[in-house]
Amino acid sequence: MSQVHLELTRVGIDFPTPKGPFTALKDVDLKISKGEFVSLIGHSGCGKSTVMNIVAGLYQATTGGVVLNGKEVNAPGPERAVVFQNHSLLPWLTAYENVELAVKQVFKGKRSRTQMREWIEHNLALVQMTHAMHKKPQEISGGMKQRVGIARALAMEPQVLLMDEPFGALDALTRAHLQDSLMDIQNELGNTVIMITHDVDEAVLLSDRIVMMTNGPAATIGEILPVPLERPRDRLELVDSRAYNDCRSAVLRFLYEKQKKVEPIDSKRKPRKSWGEKLRITG
Amino acid sequence: MNPATLVKSKWLSWDFDRARLTNIISAITLPLLGLALFIGVWHLGAKQVDTSLGTFPGPTEVYAQWNNLLDEHEAENQRAAAFYERQEKRHEAQLERDPNAELTFREPNRRPTFFDQIWTSLITVMTGFSLATLIAIPLGIVIGLSNATYRAINPIIQIFKPVSPLAWLPLVTMVVSAVYVTDDPMFEKSFITSVVTVALCSIWPTMINTAVGTASVNTDLLNVSRVLSLNWFTHVKTIVLPSAIPMMFTGLRLSLGIAWMVLIAAEMLAQNPGLGKFVWDEFQNGSSNSLGRICVAVLMIGFIGFLLDRCLLLLQSRVNWDKNAITR
Repeated sequence: MSQVHLELTRVGIDFPTPKGPFTALKDVDLKISKGEFVSLIGHSGCGKSTVMNIVAGLYQATTGGVVLNGKEVNAPGPERAVVFQNHSLLPWLTAYENVELAVKQVFKGKRSRTQMREWIEHNLALVQMTHAMHKKPQEISGGMKQRVGIARALAMEPQVLLMDEPFGALDALTRAHLQDSLMDIQNELGNTVIMITHDVDEAVLLSDRIVMMTNGPAATIGEILPVPLERPRDRLELVDSRAYNDCRSAVLRFLYEKQKKVEPIDSKRKPRKSWGEKLRITG
Repeated sequence: MNPATLVKSKWLSWDFDRARLTNIISAITLPLLGLALFIGVWHLGAKQVDTSLGTFPGPTEVYAQWNNLLDEHEAENQRAAAFYERQEKRHEAQLERDPNAELTFREPNRRPTFFDQIWTSLITVMTGFSLATLIAIPLGIVIGLSNATYRAINPIIQIFKPVSPLAWLPLVTMVVSAVYVTDDPMFEKSFITSVVTVALCSIWPTMINTAVGTASVNTDLLNVSRVLSLNWFTHVKTIVLPSAIPMMFTGLRLSLGIAWMVLIAAEMLAQNPGLGKFVWDEFQNGSSNSLGRICVAVLMIGFIGFLLDRCLLLLQSRVNWDKNAITR
């Protein structure tokens, strides 16, 4: 656990705007060990997604850089699989075919056809989607789509799993269910995970460390909170746990005292990448 | 079950049936009412218009001409059948005299009827439309994939899109006569001219819609493609093409509509056999039946245009992944 697996060093990014560059992130330093589960939490628009997009290679950092296993990250790749906020399944492919696309891309030539089929089915079974694996995204519920999205990412056997508010668009019951599944899978596979969330309980329940970000512009890491809870964790038992509640209140205090955010109602923000997030900002 | 609720549910279902029934009845009667109104206005209005070829044909005259055209077609078919029968007999007689006799097969000298002309027109329009589609879709994808090519080519498309077929035709005719020179032509020159004109006019909507569809792929899906590191070919095949299909079909439908409209004009001017030539010949004939026959052609052109559009819609609902898309 002590060995550094993924390292962000003085990462900063400027977005060009008509009025000159806008500094979204500045001096983000973070070291993540193998198998660690890290959450990024912060107010809307503070640059959590930007951090993740830089790690994914979808954005290029203006200053600093990301190193994974001693190699610099400068382009997207399947070893850093992303679970997108709004599932992003291809609507014209079935659940199986969506996972297949990823598996073929990663394992073509390395595994036989039967091995690949078994691997796809195994991953769909992992997220309990076997019964509906030949359905198209529009025929299944939001929670199921998100599960297929997770299966697709897991099937790539990524070194780092990046999750951008994976459960943000789901109702509370489905969310709790998927959190439990994710904990089970994480227990079994021991992936390195970076997850963005808005949900304090989710962050405490799932993470080994919670990275709390300050408000933008020029957002950076405010505090890092270790979560000293034994695994496997049970959400019902944790309700009365002292450590759990301490963590929870630490995060809440950070968000609502230290980084209290007072926004003018008609504040203009930089364009967001998805409607879901846009709705959350206004709502 | 409580008897009161039983009665109630029975009444509810009765109400529901009645609502559906009214819906069905109005779906049938309202279009019929519109049609009746149109025929009435036509009938009364036609009598008021006197032309040098007699009064403008009303519904009854047009119907009579329709029957006339059917009879002509029937007669022509019989003539051809009789010709083949005579040829058959002649061949049998020849073989009886000499089993090794060389038989000559001839085609009857068939005058193309109205219905033959429809067929010819359909073949011409489909050839022109297919040619346009074969060029427009790949080109549209290439244009849409890069912002730079889109910006470079868009002005050209916008300028050529509104050009009337009548303006293209003289140029196309001259170029075809100059370029298409063979001793044993597979196609008539007039056919080539019509096809090229149709293709030139109907290529633009498909091209521009394919380009726009290709350019407006959801950014999340583009990110998926980047994370998976899909190669160019797989990227186009699995992400871009399916995304662009709905827009592509919008373009195809517009293109086919234009192709059909342009064809009639092209056939008139290029003297290529088909419905356009039929209309033109009737106009030049100037008999008392001509206007009625032209009216039949007009209605037929409209009806076929409608059918062509429906066929594409059917194809779209087969090909499109989004089965909830409203197609009308």
